[in-house]
Amino acid sequence: MNTLACVKRVPDTGAKIVLTDDQQGIDTSTLGFTMSPHEECALEEAVQLTEDHGGTATVLTLGSGEADEQLRTGLAMEADDAVLLETDGEEWGPVDTGSAIADYVRDAEADFDVLLFGNESADAGNYQVGVTVANQLGLPCVTGIKNLDVEGDTVVAKREVSGGEEVYEVDLPAVVTVKEGLNEPRYPSVRSKMEAQKQDVPSVQPEHRGADTLERVRLDAPEQADSEAEILGESADAVDDVVEVLREDLEVL
Amino acid sequence: MVLTLVELDEGAPAETSLEALTLARDIAGQTDSAVSAVVFGDEAGAVADELGDYGVSEVHAVEHDRLDSYAPEAWAESVDQVANELDAGVVVAPGSDRGHEVLSHVAARRGVSIAANCLDVDAGEEYELTRQRWGGTLLEEARLGGDTKFLTSAAHEVGIEPAAEPADSSVHSFSPSLDDDVFRVQVDRYEESEAEGVPLGEARVVVSGGRGVGGPDGYDQLEELADLLGGAVGASRAAVNEGWRPHDDQIGQTGAKISPKLYIPCGISGAVQHMVGCKGAENILAINTDPEAAIIQKADYAVIADLHDVVPELNEELRETQ
Repeated sequence: MNTLACVKRVPDTGAKIVLTDDQQGIDTSTLGFTMSPHEECALEEAVQLTEDHGGTATVLTLGSGEADEQLRTGLAMEADDAVLLETDGEEWGPVDTGSAIADYVRDAEADFDVLLFGNESADAGNYQVGVTVANQLGLPCVTGIKNLDVEGDTVVAKREVSGGEEVYEVDLPAVVTVKEGLNEPRYPSVRSKMEAQKQDVPSVQPEHRGADTLERVRLDAPEQADSEAEILGESADAVDDVVEVLREDLEVL
Repeated sequence: MVLTLVELDEGAPAETSLEALTLARDIAGQTDSAVSAVVFGDEAGAVADELGDYGVSEVHAVEHDRLDSYAPEAWAESVDQVANELDAGVVVAPGSDRGHEVLSHVAARRGVSIAANCLDVDAGEEYELTRQRWGGTLLEEARLGGDTKFLTSAAHEVGIEPAAEPADSSVHSFSPSLDDDVFRVQVDRYEESEAEGVPLGEARVVVSGGRGVGGPDGYDQLEELADLLGGAVGASRAAVNEGWRPHDDQIGQTGAKISPKLYIPCGISGAVQHMVGCKGAENILAINTDPEAAIIQKADYAVIADLHDVVPELNEELRETQ
């Protein structure tokens, strides 16, 4: 079985997000980058499936040359191959991104049985890339999956709903978009990180269709309603005051 | 015509669908058009009056003998056909798993973008809208083009409001033409959750622990505090990544969104991704050793001390008072 995990390079934000002066993006001058969390689980699942069923796992991203960093993380997490759909670094919308990935899959030597995506990217949150790829390739698609098994030619996928899970059984090949919690992504060893640095990562120039109909004007950081916290104490002696607040102010006792 | 996908939850319109209807009515008001709803399931007719209270003038009840359980592509194909027949200028869906999924499928069929998690829409030839990014940490002002617009309302952000003048809603059954192909993905069965206790999303009090807890054993004290307060226990992503708690306990952008009366984060610094999970909390009482931690800026009450000193004392005190 061959698997493909599509991931996105996003800034590793901390306690506060600072925007660039032109409000077109996040000021990343002091930030590192990471893989979007849902997609890290997509990658881990892609690797685990090939460990259990044989075949190869490929990690793919669409982005600038800098996204090589996330592909090498993917290789260090034991993906067999990596491929970069290289852009000039401008943010692509989900329709163009999905179309470019579908183009790649059509032409790829490997026949992918399971194509894994994050349910939505951490930054843009468009929910559309996986569905677009499935649509263009004529494949079935299940989204928001937190539990996945492959039995023969069928993928059994579960999605959380109120009070339980709904279960889908879908024929392979299929597109699956996943949520964090699906698995626990592995920490790459130092050795696998070093080996990943040596591996060849091919780069492909994708066609930019310009089909997306949603255009960013600017980003805003919403007003953060900083409240003046009432400091109840600086040691365990604060407990009496805490109990009073719980009883009198908050009425939770 | 503003077409809105309405999901039913135990026979009543789901909360996120009423949010979508509130946004849809705003768009309809700006464009001098009517709000219609597309509803799946046998109960569609029974909710017509309630949908009328939210300004829906026509309820289109989708009927098909194979639609006995949810099938995303079959729903999308049906919504697409209803939208075509009504010549809808915009389709609004709830900011739910199904809302995003169905609308993504409809948009993929037409090769256009959706605007997900919208807060506010200015409906001209193009739509100028405000939507959430980073789970709501950032807002994006964007322009949405295309002949038909597709958008979802951000969950638990658009306040639900009934229409000033309820509409007299009529029910129309719609029989979509559906190929076998659109049923290749369909819910096969439901499995009930075995989890015990109060679900995080519904708890009145949530006690949670982050990296400051120091290890899995430290959660015993937090469990006890949650028990004493009739609440549930959560965790930060850092604690879950350490393997101290299961992912189901995670609060934040990629975990649970909570809205308790009281949230007690212990040893949690308050990264933005965490805060978008707990912004629905009415009150925050933070316990943290660092007075400069971001969580203190967001809290209503704070104890600047080690949770390992404070929580056991607090538990003892609460046991005595009960």
